[in-house]
Amino acid sequence: MHKRSADSMTVKRPAGKRKPTKVSRTFLLKLELRSHPTFLCVVRGALEPLMESLGFSGEENRAIIRGVDEAVSNIMRHSYHGCPDKPIDVYCNRLERRANGRSEQGIEVLLYDCGPAVDTTKIQPRPLDEVRPGGLGLHIIRGSMDEVEYKRAGRMNRLRLVKYAGASEGGSARREEKPQ
Amino acid sequence: MKISARRIDQATILDVTGNIDMSNSPEVRKALLQEIRAKRAPRVVLNLTSVQYIDSSGVASLIEGLKASRESGARFVLFGLNESAREVLKISRLLKLFEIYDDEAQAIAS
Repeated sequence: MHKRSADSMTVKRPAGKRKPTKVSRTFLLKLELRSHPTFLCVVRGALEPLMESLGFSGEENRAIIRGVDEAVSNIMRHSYHGCPDKPIDVYCNRLERRANGRSEQGIEVLLYDCGPAVDTTKIQPRPLDEVRPGGLGLHIIRGSMDEVEYKRAGRMNRLRLVKYAGASEGGSARREEKPQ
Repeated sequence: MKISARRIDQATILDVTGNIDMSNSPEVRKALLQEIRAKRAPRVVLNLTSVQYIDSSGVASLIEGLKASRESGARFVLFGLNESAREVLKISRLLKLFEIYDDEAQAIAS
């Protein structure tokens, strides 16, 4: 569905305070799925040993699986409206981020679907102090991953999810829960 | 995923085996609401010992069970949550909302 190759990108920091961070990317895995919910367990089953092999901790591994699973569920539910035979592509790339003499390992998961363009202004997570079913998926994705980025790529939706090993900023279940 | 019900004293215990995700969470919701609303069970205990993974749709089913139990004056108790299940409830800021116990004996004695 989508052609990719190993490449690299540079993320520039604001106004000259720090050196740019160099991120290199290595392709690891591609999954081509149909949008049937039974394939969710296939995605989880493929990611778990891959993340373990990359050295993520158990908690980080669970966070990645949770974030990707919720994102794929969202595509099935919202982009394809439950239609079970639409294509979803999952790419996994290993990331290496170098800054200030340090190196960090991470995973980038790219999800592509052919649904209609997403109006990002209408996608807002609901307040968590409302105790009601539904609307938790986006919270869980953002709470599990370090970076979440949506982009319309031609006629496809692309969701980019990133998690770095040992990163403490955002994306961790370690966040303290406020009392209800 | 499989769900089966058994009874100990006043408690109805629902044993769930497998993963709870978008493909089967309506079954969990249905089983919970059947016990709480239709059968008017005074205490429903959900055994999650054999559940490896719960997604947001599974969490939504648990919230529906909790709301139904509050409406009908029943108690809704969970036990046997693994780290994954605890983490998803924690991220959703729901961990403190549910009555959660480590094992069946504690859940029934509560």
